[in-house]
Amino acid sequence: MEQNAATNLRPRTEPLASAELALKIRKHAVRMTNLGGSSHVGSVLSMADIVAVLYGGILRVDPSNPEKIDRDRFILSKGHAGAGIYAALAESGFFSTELLEKHCADGSVLSGHVSHRGVPGVELSTGSLGHGLSVGAGMAYGSKLDKIDNRAFVLLSDGECDEGSTWEAALFASHHKLDNLVAIVDYNKIQSLAPVSETLQLEPFADKWKAFGWSVAEVDGHDHNSLYAHFSAIPRVTGKPSCFIAHTTKGKGVSFMERSVLWHYRTPRGSEYDEALNELNSDT
Amino acid sequence: MRDNFVRQLSELARSDPRIFLITADLGFKVLDNFAEEFPNQYLNVGIAEQNMIGLATGMAMNGRVVFCYSIGNFSTLRCLEQIRNDACYHEANVKVVAVGGGFSYGPLGISHHATEDLSIMRALPNMTIAVPGDQWEAREATKALAATPGTCYLRLDKSPAPATARAKEVFYIGKARTIREGTDITLIATGGILGPALEAADSLVEQGITCRVISMHTIKPFDSEAVLRACRETGGIVTVEEHTIHGGLGSLVAEVCMDAGVKPNVFRRIGLRAGFSSIVGAQEYLRREYGMDAKAIAKAVAELVSAGSPHAPRPRLKVSSGGATS
Repeated sequence: MEQNAATNLRPRTEPLASAELALKIRKHAVRMTNLGGSSHVGSVLSMADIVAVLYGGILRVDPSNPEKIDRDRFILSKGHAGAGIYAALAESGFFSTELLEKHCADGSVLSGHVSHRGVPGVELSTGSLGHGLSVGAGMAYGSKLDKIDNRAFVLLSDGECDEGSTWEAALFASHHKLDNLVAIVDYNKIQSLAPVSETLQLEPFADKWKAFGWSVAEVDGHDHNSLYAHFSAIPRVTGKPSCFIAHTTKGKGVSFMERSVLWHYRTPRGSEYDEALNELNSDT
Repeated sequence: MRDNFVRQLSELARSDPRIFLITADLGFKVLDNFAEEFPNQYLNVGIAEQNMIGLATGMAMNGRVVFCYSIGNFSTLRCLEQIRNDACYHEANVKVVAVGGGFSYGPLGISHHATEDLSIMRALPNMTIAVPGDQWEAREATKALAATPGTCYLRLDKSPAPATARAKEVFYIGKARTIREGTDITLIATGGILGPALEAADSLVEQGITCRVISMHTIKPFDSEAVLRACRETGGIVTVEEHTIHGGLGSLVAEVCMDAGVKPNVFRRIGLRAGFSSIVGAQEYLRREYGMDAKAIAKAVAELVSAGSPHAPRPRLKVSSGGATS
């Protein structure tokens, strides 16, 4: 692919800053879900490291010019973890972190499920699962036609792979050799009501993506160095879309939220809220 | 109509590289020329309507004007949430095209009857809806929607009305066309069923009944003024749609009147009351079966004129007989 102005959009921060960003995302998420009386905090915590590596060192985006035509696109297809993207965008300079206090508040633009209206940097509003990969594929396909050297990153949940539309998009992407499309699955193994394996088995998961024509890597979704190395080598195979099955821990970073179905929907309040923040603060 | 749509889209695509056509594996022989002439502006995504609308949204966000083509039910119902959340909410330049409005595919069964699409599409915010009645309107609507920013719905019919355009007439989205003047009743039709409405108006002349006939080719934005004028200036309103009576053109006209506090002297909605049609048949057959053909329309008008005559404000307008006016 030809080089163009996209290469001028250098990552804003060095990769090492991603650890700090991840911690900030986690703390914001706990505060935001507490203030907003909302939840999906476990879903934010599980993806925080992936999002931090992307915004910390991989995505070619420019907060001072969020509409730049050849920017990388990031789509949070698992829109219920919207708090994590708002936090990442605010900490990356797209808007003030003060706005985060309004998460889910009356009259706020920061909805529980991510929305783009009035929020610079959000590429796609989601919340209904199974939408993001198609839109990302459309962006990637359009870029190929226009010979724009950018990438579309789509972060999916594991439960979202129950949706047939995800696989419609997966078929399309490989058929059209969209090696500028990247699917990252936050495989925290827990969906709304129960573990994924008890709800609708995805395994052999990597084999499914491979069978759909994707180049697949299974990665540790909390290991920044590993994630950075993987995401720096896209496309994994020329002519194939890349899929990263990121093994994660739901609720990662707050001991009593980890691997818990309960913390998909529970709002951190009272002593639980204090304890969660204490744990995260002691992480610094 | 679909051939005229494709011809018009080809003309647009020649001068505007942003124009793009996606089909979800339908349009046998119809889209071949387009595909051949514009290989970089055409895509068959396979039988995957949800993906089609998502892709179209992504491509529209990159600056394209993306037409998504399929049979009525597929391009609307199968991917309704993608149309709502992805296209409409993002005000993406996605143009949903339904071939086979109403009973166009009558013999194929209820799966292929597009008889609820207008009510459903109408409810979506940021959606422009065009339902051309004849070939000229089909071409003009295609042009107009390509130039209308945001998400649009174009409902095409297999049985267009005979040509209705006047010399040098200009087509405007959101502005109803008065095809003929009359005073006893105003027939407001949307889509190809404009044909039977005009035929009914013709046949009623013999009974001394004159009808204003309006082609309501745009459902959203809606030309409320044309409806209110019809209330004031004619003896009543009959709406004609090849679509359920729930939430479509007839409902819309009733809403407009109630909101404005203007009541037509007489009012009737002609449309599908039967729910699902488990019987099949040609479009013409099903129109007749469900009381939407010219004969049924004429009968309804005659009944209403007869019933409403003591109260109806009889002719207030001087009109030239039968001729089209603006």
